[in-house]
Amino acid sequence: MTKRSTWALPYAIFLVLFVALPLLLIMFYAFRDGSGHFTLANFTKFFTDKDAIETFALSLEVAIENTALCILLGYPAAWILANKKLNKSAVTIVLFIMPMWINALMRTLATAELFHMLGFQLGKGTLIVGMVYDYLPFMIYPIYNILEKMDKSYAEAASDLGATPWQVFWKVQVPLSMPGVVSGIMMVFMPTVSTFAISEFLTNNKIKLFGTIIQENINSGMWNYGAALSLVMLIIIGITSLLQDDKKELNEGRV
Amino acid sequence: MKKSDNIIEIKNVTKSFGEKCILNNVSISVKQGEFLTLLGPSGCGKTTLLRMIAGFGSPDSGEILINGTDITDMPPHERPVNTVFQRYALFPHLDVYENIAFGLKLQKVPEAEIDKRVRRVLKMVSMTDYEDRDVESLSGGQQQRVAIARAIVNQPKVLLLDEPLSALDLKMRKDMQIELKEMHKKLGITFIYVTHDQEEALTLSDTIVVLDDGNIRQIGTPTDIYNEPQNAFVADFIGESNILNGKMIKDRLVEFAGHEFECVDEGFGENVDVDVVVRPEDIYITNKLESAQFSAKVKSCTFKGVHYEMFVDTDKGYELMIQDYNAFEPESEVGLIIRPADIQVMHKERSMNTFEGEMVSEDSVKFLGAEWKCEPQSGLEAGDKVKVEVNFSKVDLIDHPEDGNIEGEVYFLLYKGDHYHLTVRTEHREYIWIDTNDIWDKGDLVGVNIAPKDIKIIKCND
Amino acid sequence: MKRFFAQCYIWLLLIVLYAPIAFIAVFSFTESKVLGNWTGFSTKLYANLFTGDMQGSGSLMSAIQNTLLIALVAASVSTLLGTIAAIGIHNMKGRGKQAVTFLNNIPMLNPDIITGVSLFLLFVFLHVSQGYTTVILAHITFCTPYVVLSVLPKLTQMNPNIYEAALDLGATPFQALRKVLLPLLKPGMISGFILAFTMSLDDFAVTFFTRGTIGLDTLSTYIYTDARKGGLTPELRPMITILFLGILALLIVINLRKARAAEKAAK
Repeated sequence: MTKRSTWALPYAIFLVLFVALPLLLIMFYAFRDGSGHFTLANFTKFFTDKDAIETFALSLEVAIENTALCILLGYPAAWILANKKLNKSAVTIVLFIMPMWINALMRTLATAELFHMLGFQLGKGTLIVGMVYDYLPFMIYPIYNILEKMDKSYAEAASDLGATPWQVFWKVQVPLSMPGVVSGIMMVFMPTVSTFAISEFLTNNKIKLFGTIIQENINSGMWNYGAALSLVMLIIIGITSLLQDDKKELNEGRV
Repeated sequence: MKKSDNIIEIKNVTKSFGEKCILNNVSISVKQGEFLTLLGPSGCGKTTLLRMIAGFGSPDSGEILINGTDITDMPPHERPVNTVFQRYALFPHLDVYENIAFGLKLQKVPEAEIDKRVRRVLKMVSMTDYEDRDVESLSGGQQQRVAIARAIVNQPKVLLLDEPLSALDLKMRKDMQIELKEMHKKLGITFIYVTHDQEEALTLSDTIVVLDDGNIRQIGTPTDIYNEPQNAFVADFIGESNILNGKMIKDRLVEFAGHEFECVDEGFGENVDVDVVVRPEDIYITNKLESAQFSAKVKSCTFKGVHYEMFVDTDKGYELMIQDYNAFEPESEVGLIIRPADIQVMHKERSMNTFEGEMVSEDSVKFLGAEWKCEPQSGLEAGDKVKVEVNFSKVDLIDHPEDGNIEGEVYFLLYKGDHYHLTVRTEHREYIWIDTNDIWDKGDLVGVNIAPKDIKIIKCND
Repeated sequence: MKRFFAQCYIWLLLIVLYAPIAFIAVFSFTESKVLGNWTGFSTKLYANLFTGDMQGSGSLMSAIQNTLLIALVAASVSTLLGTIAAIGIHNMKGRGKQAVTFLNNIPMLNPDIITGVSLFLLFVFLHVSQGYTTVILAHITFCTPYVVLSVLPKLTQMNPNIYEAALDLGATPFQALRKVLLPLLKPGMISGFILAFTMSLDDFAVTFFTRGTIGLDTLSTYIYTDARKGGLTPELRPMITILFLGILALLIVINLRKARAAEKAAK
């Protein structure tokens, strides 16, 4: 019986080789110069480069704005979808989920083309609106999921104890749905802060985000600097992940 | 090897998981065609033993024989036994027919033969017409029948049943008990049945094995076990009982509850301490005080459906439980009679705590894995092996485990009419017995202290 | 009244969300090279897509083939690897289990660009020349965790005695695996496969960093290069439209099946 635990061994080796080792290599390359000597130069270069820092700040700003907009627009949508009185149709739910299944680049491209045709100036405005287009379903779905599974008796208990519908919403349903919101934030913030192709499409290459700089450095052979920038991004991601103490919620939200 | 009429022999089986001893030197013989029940509270080792017979887990030492062949190391799929699992374990991806045919298909039994046998067992468990049903659409009782059919269709030599009725409601359970009993008669194969429900065990079994904490406490027929429990554990576990301290004055005369009673037991010797068991339905209760052996005052009276259950305080201050068809008002004076044949006298397993110990210094001794202060012992030195005796009533239990010299858990408690007799299990799984008037619950964590003057030390003469 | 406003909000969002795709779909039926310029109804772009007769290059066709091939191989290998791993993880205890689950979570938490860069560095470090193999390995890396997470719940929900019951009825361990365990894990394996397949189809960043310089293109990287060149190959419009309708059909089928299963369970 215990022997079957060894079945995980091939995958464990695979994980070490293709997940753990590559991440360690990012650290390894980030602290090396071109000839393989230990150095902090990659980081001093980043922190003294005004353009790089500005891009970094802009990426964070765009990601935060995008995430906030997604919550603002997505929460009411998820709430309506999960509320049997307001929405009886399962079709609308499928329609909201569907964009998640379609290639993001294609959707972005279509959005950019539409903006272009409507005569919008491609820039920061279109970038943020386009990103909301891309990521709104990823915010709606986890929140919908948790609201839909939520035991109705919580709300009934609250109104029984004298809460008005508004109080029921703010004091019971919103706090209980927070894990869904956190999953949504993870699924929206992470990709937006690290994106590169999407921002290029939506601004016609006018605005560079942090991901683009990483990509440009790696592609032009500046692996060490690229690795250092990746490490900075990893740290941001790590800090964001701390928001999420229960990974289970995320996994539920993803599928 | 001589072939006996025992289909299964379990010889000196011992099993531990880590530090925890699950089965301690267990030996059981099962006769061909017998309905044998392993009965005990949860965690007593009964399921572990059943799983060993099925082949899921092997003993640390000892052996298991089927028809005289050692099967201790035989993998489960080669054993001539089949199991009905506690929560049925029906294959949810197969329908009723396919579930039952599963074992036969593996044995490559011809299709026509499979069909015949499956239909026969379906009829036997009254599930004809259900063969195409999805097993998850069946009720608990129906799933139970399919699980039984799936096992018996393979014509095993022994059918193992692991608490098969525990998930059913009371009414269903009663019906299934009758059906199981009939099925056992019809099939003529050996059943080994695991349950914690003593009533189920008494109803179904030819033989009951009472297990407690990995040890066999008694093996016998349901009547033996009920009427002549060999120890206080069995008396308490099977049915309701009054268990009291007593003294065998001479053959056929025993003293308990402050009175002398005629009894039918002989051969205990004279003035020997014993345990006495009287079933609550065996105490006759009457208004006529003059014709009674002793008197009592009714404390409470509760209607239990068929009978009334009453607690009374006797004239000598003992509390007894009585079941009778007539109700007696609380506070009323009543007379009690116990017939000689209804008094079950048991040897006391022990009259005091005795431990193996070792002197640490002149006034301290080590036993039960800890050091204890004792009165200064002359003529004994550190390192001397000693026997330690402590009276049941001289052990103190404290609420806060950390305040005791050792920590333990209340493992078993017995009400003896005027006090509680507790079994406390220490961290090292050793036992200490305590008489107390305080009320504790099973599972309470306690600290144990003993005053130095109450630790009696006897030198081992070796 | 409340319901009316709620429905308005939902449908307004949906209309806005779907506008770009609808726009692409509409303009897939005209020949114009520039989007938004209607030059009359035509199915020529569809014809071009299927005959491979395009002016730009025939590389769109090969990109589509690559995408499907990579997704198929990666999803299949991931399903196999992930199922075996899930059975192993389910039977593991303590530290080892924690370590494997932790590593398994990383590719799902990591942004694609980090996964891409880190695997790129791995292949550089090991001096592996990049191409098909590295892309497929990379896709297996980020697909397998989803398979593991789809199969594991099936194992935990399973009656722990099921496997033993099969052995008890005379099945060898291998027969018990094949006849009982695998059929019961099948739904988890299928959803894991579908998830892995779509993840692979969708991927851009990881492919971008691990495809090397041999000119290997998947649909995503093709679109990326194409768009950066300035002009979008017109045949992409029918392509996007077809893919969209295909996924719509797939989702409807899946949801119908789910609804039917729920109905059956309710009975």
